[in-house]
This record gives sequence, structure tokens and C-alpha cells, in this order.
Amino acid sequence: MTVFKPIESYADLDAKGFTYRNSREAVLRLPFPYPEDQYMYSMNVEPHVPFGEGALRAQFDIDEHYISECHHRAQILESQPGVHYAALPHMMEAQWDLLELLMESYSRDYPEHFSLEKKGSQWRWINRPLGLDDSFTFGDASTLPMEPMEYITRQAQGEFILLEERDDTLVMGAGMATQRADYSLRFNLGMSFMEFHGPVPKLHEMGILQRALKFLLRLRPGHPVRRTNWSITVNPRLETSAETLPDWAPDRTTVTAQNAGELVNLRIELQPLHRLPRSNAVLFPVRTYLVSLQQLADFAPQWAKRMHRVIRDLDQELVDYKGFTRYRDAMVTWLSQYDDGTPVDESQQ
Amino acid sequence: MNTHNGTLSVRVARIEAMTPEITRFTLVDPDGKHLPAFSGGSHVVVILEDGDKTHRNAYSLMSSPYDSSAYQIAVRRVADGRGGSRYLHERVAEGDLLQILQPANLFPLAKHGRQHLFIAGGVGITPVYSQLEELELKKASFELHLAVRGPGHIALGRELQERYGARVHLYVQGEDERMDISRILFGRPLGSHVYVCGPDSMIDDTIEGARALGWTDSHIHYERFVEQGSSGRPFSVTLARQGVTLEVPAEQSLLEAAEQAGYKVPYLCRGGACGYCETEVLEVDGELDHRDDWLSEEDKLGKRKFMPCVSRANCTRLVVDL
Repeated sequence: MTVFKPIESYADLDAKGFTYRNSREAVLRLPFPYPEDQYMYSMNVEPHVPFGEGALRAQFDIDEHYISECHHRAQILESQPGVHYAALPHMMEAQWDLLELLMESYSRDYPEHFSLEKKGSQWRWINRPLGLDDSFTFGDASTLPMEPMEYITRQAQGEFILLEERDDTLVMGAGMATQRADYSLRFNLGMSFMEFHGPVPKLHEMGILQRALKFLLRLRPGHPVRRTNWSITVNPRLETSAETLPDWAPDRTTVTAQNAGELVNLRIELQPLHRLPRSNAVLFPVRTYLVSLQQLADFAPQWAKRMHRVIRDLDQELVDYKGFTRYRDAMVTWLSQYDDGTPVDESQQ
Repeated sequence: MNTHNGTLSVRVARIEAMTPEITRFTLVDPDGKHLPAFSGGSHVVVILEDGDKTHRNAYSLMSSPYDSSAYQIAVRRVADGRGGSRYLHERVAEGDLLQILQPANLFPLAKHGRQHLFIAGGVGITPVYSQLEELELKKASFELHLAVRGPGHIALGRELQERYGARVHLYVQGEDERMDISRILFGRPLGSHVYVCGPDSMIDDTIEGARALGWTDSHIHYERFVEQGSSGRPFSVTLARQGVTLEVPAEQSLLEAAEQAGYKVPYLCRGGACGYCETEVLEVDGELDHRDDWLSEEDKLGKRKFMPCVSRANCTRLVVDL
């Protein structure tokens, strides 16, 4: 049973600093994104079936930060209304699909924390960690305190983007995104797959986007797939949207080879994609995990060793796109103390 | 990339003869639970073990997407077909269990359409059933134009007329005037979408008629109902990953021949539409006979890609990445 930590702070919202930390168990269950010592984009997609006891066990993973993350989401939504949650009117059907999927998944995978009772369209939802016990009519938004997508994703870890299938492409139609890796939800809303991937380097010439889109258009209900992605963030800051860039981008100038272990966080994204049954929309969730280099080195030294090699040899265009050009060298210097040159052996940590 | 073809077990609750050729099957969960939800235009693949043969036939769901207590499919008996529809007509009884794949949708509605026009022929009406249910619930504007082969074939059309009234136009061969597709499409406002499901000639006439009237391709939607699989001249193919050479007989597709030999090939629609079984051609000495709707013209001319569910080859040597 997951034991939840008391509420931690992810951002310096109240000038008390960051209290976010991972336990050893939380680090060891991470979906570490580097299968090899080198990293390049690939079609790294696999069927989303349960695997092991870590982050890939459940359909939608929650961990010790669940309560903190829901609290953080509520704070961010209230501080900047209309910026981090948006849904176009025709996405209502997909919103209900998402609510059903999350409620069914959470109550099946974590019965000690969540319960769902259905009597026809009369549903009762119990969320014990957040102390909620709500009854509503499935399909009738007036019986919930807010739109179904906002309601359920305020109780979920990770961000959620709904893509509508139209004209042989996928169009961004709704999103709950309080933890964006440097993009704007409002700006991207209504864009097609090729448009919102516009800024990503190399993908176009590698032909990956065309193949990825074809693959996603073939996604079937009941057969979700997953992939991982990653980035780098200074301080354990979940909310790094384009809108708040002035608040967090200056942190990039503070990293040195001495403090990189404390300041720099690997930002892992686990993305379990689902085709939704009634709306035929595609759900693109981004479940984000933050771990400082120091915690990685303390609890998972083999992963720190591999990360040294990945960051040292990473293509410069990807470094620029992911936004750590300024402190890549400091990271590499700091990580090098954990790399003795021997092969990475994940069974040894 | 792996595919995992998990199946659902369903019980045949009801069998109804709708026309001399078309029979409707109502399928429910054996334990009385709800089946997975689906969207208008979806289909299921029915898997039938028939002696040493396995039929895998795709059928559109014609029940309401808003009632997942049962699925309905309509099966047209194809007398000279490969046996799947005959098996369903002759060997399956009420109470029997069937294996199906969870619904998928290759013929979705355009959610932004302001007006939806449906043109259907014969058993091509089946995907339209669930689409009309969806549009009716959303209070969207639609019209259906359905052509049938004669007065004995109008049961499904009559059923829809009872539900939707004058929005359903029936064209009964021998009684009514012939459906004039160009006239149906003429003078429609921007924001209209047309969906066609029927014989090839009906689909081609609709696409050509719409284009001639200035419609854009993004507003023209079609689903061909073909007897799945393919037939033609026999050919031989080498499966590079397996290191074997198979003979594909005249009445089988490459996909079926590979399955019969015990190899698992990813598939979904088995009709050249979904792209699931797209396969790389490693070597070819001769011509490929592409019969799918999936590959682009460029891909077809490039001789590097191939759809084993429907396409064939006239060549002395063919090696594919399977």
C-alpha cells in the first residue's frame, strides 16, 4: 500500500524553499528513461501492460507524492485561472471517457484508496486520500462541481491532454497541464499533431512524426501503449510552462559543478496513451517524476553512471531543445564522479 | 512493436433474419455485464474456429453506442465466399459463445460536421446504424440515402425510417427511381460531410461526384465492405524473419497462408484499410498487386511496402520482413 507523504512544495511559491524529496523506494520504482548509454529519439512504444512492481504496475501510476501533487495542482489552477486547464466545447464526450477511465483504473489498481460504485448512470466515487465522497450522474455535467475532466484530473497525478481525431490527424482539444515542460497549453490548443510538434528538432527529418501519427491513428480501445520521454529541470519544479518562464528560467544560471547534484533534477515522463471508446479521442497523459542527481546517485548509482554517459554524449540540438545548454558541462562534471567506466549493471543497485 | 489480440467472449442472445441474405446477431456478455463502450462507425472482428480453418471476419456494430449491454452485427451470407459468413448463418445458434476482438473504429464521424449525408447500399447500411444513433443523441443534422436490391431487402431501411422518419430515403430497385448521387450532393452548404458505404461503384461515384461539385477530400468519408482476404493467382513468398518460403494459394491471402502455417502476423481490419499489417518488402522480382486503401500512391509505386491481408504479387521472388 502506498504511503503518502505530507504535503511538499514543488515551487518557491511561499518563499519557504522546496521541500520535495524522494524516498529510496520512490527512486527505485522510477521508469528510468535510458535503456542504453546513448540516447536518441526512437519509436520507443510498447504495449501498456502491467510490468513489475514499480511505476509500470498500474494503468495510471500514483506514488508517495500523490497528495502533494494534487495540492500543487489546485494551487496552480487558483493562482492563474484559465491558463492551465482548457477544454473546447466539443470535447465533452471525451471528458466523460477520461473520467470513467481514471475512476475505473484507480479503483481497480488501488482499492485501498479509491472506490467506484455504479448503479446505471448513478455513480458514487470515494477518494480516501483526499477525503472525497461524491455521487453524480454519469453524462450530466451539472451533477459535478466542475467539468468532468477538471474534476477527475484534480485528483490525478500527471497531466492529461485529449486529442481529437479529425482529417486523418490528431488535434489538441483539451488539457489539464499544471506541470508542462516549457510549452503553452492555450497556444497549442486546436493545433494538429504536426503543428504542435513543430519546435521539436530532428523528428521531422527522421520521419518519426509521420510514423508516430500513423501509429497513433491505429490505436485501439482496450489496447493502450506507453513510451517514456525526459527532460532536465533546475529545482524540483513541476510547473515549468511557457507562461511562467520568467519565474523559472533564471534558475538555469545558478547551476555549478559543485551544486548540480542538489539543483539539477532529471524529469521523467511516462506517457500511457489510450484510445477512448465513446469519443474515439486519444488520451495523451504525461506522468512526471522529478529526481535530483544527488538522490539518483545515492539510491540508484548505476542509473547515475548511465546518465553521465547519456548527457555527456547527447546531440547538441537535443541539449538546446531540452534547455540545459548553459549547464550541461556542470552536470557532466558532477555526474562523472559516479562513473568508473565499468558497464552499467542495473541489478547491482 | 507488438500487438496483443486479446479477445472478448460473447454469447449469441438473438438471431434474426432481416432479408433473404442478411441476418442480425445480438451479442451479450456471458455474465450479463456491460461490454466495452464504442463509438459510431466501429466494427468488431469475429473469430470462428471452423475445423482446421479459422475465419476472422470484421463486422460493423449496428447497435447504439450508448447502450453497451449488447452488440449487434449484421452478416450477409456470401455463398461463394470463404466460409465465414456461411458458418455464422448455418452453424451458429442462439446461446452459442463467440470470440470477438474489442471494437475499433476505422469509419468515425467528423465531429465538426454541420450536416451529415449518408449514402449506403445493401449491407453497407450497418456502420451507419451506430453513427445515426450518435448523431441523433447529439441532435445533429443528417440524411440517409439507402439503395436496396428489391422489395425483399428493405427491412433494415424500414426500421430506420420508423426511427428517423423523412430523413431516411429508400431507393428500392425495380420500384423507385435510381439513386442520383450527384443530385444528393448538389447545393449542400459548407460544413457538410458525406459518408459512403457500399459497393465499389457507389463509393467511386460518390467520390467523383463530390469532387466534381467542389467538395474537399476531407469531407468525403468511405468504407468499402469487401469480403476480407483476397484471391487471385497463386504466388510464393519468403518470410525473412522466419526463414521460410510459403505458397499462397489462389483463394487465400498472404496473411491467411502465414496464419495457417502457424505464424502470427499483426492484423486488425483484414481488408486493407487500417494499416495494421503494413509490411516491408525486402526483395521483389516482378510486380506487386496492391489492393489496399492504406498505402499512398507513392508507397505503392515504390515497391517497398505491402499489405499482406489483401495484396498479392505477380513475381518470381518476393521476400517480406515478417
